[in-house]
Amino acid sequence: MSVSPALAAGDTIRRSDRRLGVVMLTPALAYITVLVALPFLLALFLSLTNSSAGSLDFSFVGLANFRSVIANPVFQRSLQNTFVFTLVSQSLVMLLGNILARALLRPFFGKALARFLILMPWAAPISLATLGWLWIYDSTFSVINWVLLVTGWLEPGQWYYWLGDTTLAMIAIITIHVWRMLPFSTVILLAGLTSIPNEVREAAAIDGAGMLARIFQVEIPMMKPILTVAVLFGVVFTFTDMSLVYLLTRGGPYNSTHVLASLAFQDGVLGGDVGRGAAVAIFLVPVLVVLAIFMLRASRRAEVV
Amino acid sequence: MLARSPARRAVSVVGHRLTVLFFIAFAIFPFYWMVVTSFKQNADLYVGATDVTHNPFIFNRAPTLDHLRTLFGQTLYLTWLTNTLVVGVVVVGITLLLSVPAGYSLARLTARWGERLSIAIFLTYLIPSTLLFIPFSRLVSLLGLQNSHWALILIYPTFTVPFCTWLLMGFFKSLPKEIEESAMVDGCSRVGAIGRIVLPLAVPGLLTVVIFALTLVIQEFVYSLTFISSVEKMTVSVGVPVALVRGDVYYWGSLMAACLITSVPIAIIYNFFLDRFIAGFTVGAIK
Repeated sequence: MSVSPALAAGDTIRRSDRRLGVVMLTPALAYITVLVALPFLLALFLSLTNSSAGSLDFSFVGLANFRSVIANPVFQRSLQNTFVFTLVSQSLVMLLGNILARALLRPFFGKALARFLILMPWAAPISLATLGWLWIYDSTFSVINWVLLVTGWLEPGQWYYWLGDTTLAMIAIITIHVWRMLPFSTVILLAGLTSIPNEVREAAAIDGAGMLARIFQVEIPMMKPILTVAVLFGVVFTFTDMSLVYLLTRGGPYNSTHVLASLAFQDGVLGGDVGRGAAVAIFLVPVLVVLAIFMLRASRRAEVV
Repeated sequence: MLARSPARRAVSVVGHRLTVLFFIAFAIFPFYWMVVTSFKQNADLYVGATDVTHNPFIFNRAPTLDHLRTLFGQTLYLTWLTNTLVVGVVVVGITLLLSVPAGYSLARLTARWGERLSIAIFLTYLIPSTLLFIPFSRLVSLLGLQNSHWALILIYPTFTVPFCTWLLMGFFKSLPKEIEESAMVDGCSRVGAIGRIVLPLAVPGLLTVVIFALTLVIQEFVYSLTFISSVEKMTVSVGVPVALVRGDVYYWGSLMAACLITSVPIAIIYNFFLDRFIAGFTVGAIK
């Protein structure tokens, strides 16, 4: 970077500019503090109270919400579901995303159109896209069942109730989530692959590295910062998502497909038990904190690189 | 590259094209399904999947515009679209007012602490709506904003402002400093230089922010579901899945038409701005 003489004395910024900087930054910071940081603390606080949606009165109940939440089998199930959902869908997304990004790296006819079509699931509003899938998984008219019948996978008389069976519903939910997140991870990974200079690939090839060796010993280590970004955002979006479960199954059958976020919504908003809903949502925090730490470390490392 | 036999190369090309086609099919199948459903007659649509002789992938009867007529004539779809755009425009305005100065300040006017602060702003992106909707519901009822668009207008900037500030910071950093400095040498104040020189140059960045804030608003589901209860005030992402279903009856033709008509324009606009959007996520991770 070229440094103009006026700024050569390090990072010094004139005093008037510094004051202007504070003035320009304050509105946004104030907004974020009042409407993100304070509500976040309020969520922690509410989880310790018995407040309900109907009134603004409440009293302190200590850890009672947490005790009753942890003892609840529906909560235990939803905690397990959240982790299964996140791990399975993110593993699939990273695997498929790497394959797809590599495929899109090669030049071919119609690449721009292919990229646009592959991106559509990420751009479409999630609630509307999920509605499309709801119709695909319909109990009577499911096109998937039709295909399975025609190909002989299902015997006549045999039937899949996609959203009426716990295992099938989880498969359905994970499929939609992979469908939606794959474009996001793919474009991030593609950006990472594009940033690897061609000379590196050629040098590896000249040194006799096979394709797998090249991928695992050269490209993946070089892409580590960007892989981290893709994984972290993917996990955040997956771990905290409630729209999919809410729209597809409402947690059913028998509350067996809830994730933490959808259970918090059911308890805290639909059920009106604010304290309990907050307590359920708080269980998202430890994982988010760990992710934030990883994110910070990744960003610091990227600066050093 | 090492020389490869033509046969191996052909296999590799075919494999590559098949891979791409497979992923395209997976990505667009639901949209294809929306198209087919939107234009099918009910008699063609509601044949149970047990009838293996009835191919659901094609039009077995002539296509119809009935579902579109129902959607535009007998539902509140257009009202929901209008609501969404009204909320969207106001939120975009607030987002620009807050994040343009903040982005510029972080890019130019703050030293070391600004960098830390920008990371802190980015981290607020990690606090999900599913954690905040409960405290927000308290706040909204305290302010008496239940079932009002003002609730959404108040809350939506909580996710647009951090992301747009981050994007704009990156954008301002990419403009050469010398431009403002020479204007200031010529007697312009810093504020004057921003208004006359920097902002006109930043139009592409501002446009990106407008598009993203708007698409984030159109896509938002959780807050809108929580805070808006009357059907005529809903935004499109909630109205269609919640209120277009009458009783237990799904009007799949109209529903799919609504999904399609809302999603495709957003997807097209998104595609144009994708590279900047990705840059917003990966600043720092790629040199």
